[in-house]
Amino acid sequence: MATADRPVARPRPVYLDLFSIRQPLPAIVSILHRISGALLFLAGIPLLLWFVQRSLASPEGFAAAMAPFTGVVGKIALLVLAWAYVYHLLAGLRHLALDLHVGIRLQPARSSAAVVLVLSILIALIVAVRLW
Amino acid sequence: MVAGVDKRPVGAHYGLRDWLSQRVTAIVITLYTLLFLGIVLWYGGMDYAVWKALFASNAFRVATFLFMAALLWHAWVGVRNILMDYAKPMGVRLALDIVVIGVLVAYLGWMIQVLWGQG
Repeated sequence: MATADRPVARPRPVYLDLFSIRQPLPAIVSILHRISGALLFLAGIPLLLWFVQRSLASPEGFAAAMAPFTGVVGKIALLVLAWAYVYHLLAGLRHLALDLHVGIRLQPARSSAAVVLVLSILIALIVAVRLW
Repeated sequence: MVAGVDKRPVGAHYGLRDWLSQRVTAIVITLYTLLFLGIVLWYGGMDYAVWKALFASNAFRVATFLFMAALLWHAWVGVRNILMDYAKPMGVRLALDIVVIGVLVAYLGWMIQVLWGQG
């Protein structure tokens, strides 16, 4: 590195604009893992608890808990949460594999990131078909 | 004193424990998810009578409790990581940490009440 004719270093970026950088697929899978996790914490867990409580309270409660499965807004909300759950789980399994040094090289890691995205969308589609 | 050492008032050695607990709880959550899907598929759907009978089983109650405990612990590690990344002022982060812990403990109480509180 100590060559005399080396040009002056180009100015380094003072900040990183995340939206002007083309993110590689594993980076997208990673940030979606975080976003889906946050969504499950903020909405998924309280709704799950509400659902279990309401559905076990009485036959009427069971019907009331199932009611969101019939309305359009409820179906969309359920679909988003189902996708978040499936996606988060699949991305987590990919993480476990990476921890065990399975598929840790660049190309397999890219492929498994694509598999997580595609598989989660396919399962979400199956959920959507079941809901509608 | 060594110049430039920036000590922060946080616990040491929690990193590996969090890393491991995040994975152990993830496996518990995954196993329960498969169990639940298996049960629903085995019954070919769900109605109130089957649902109620399922939750009357003590084994299923304990399994559901373990699932929820793992889920809440998992959520804590994840949310704490998010707060460490984005909630930079120490006071704000500690306040949010406390709120999240309070909410998660309340959720666990809620789950216990749902599982064992209504007979």
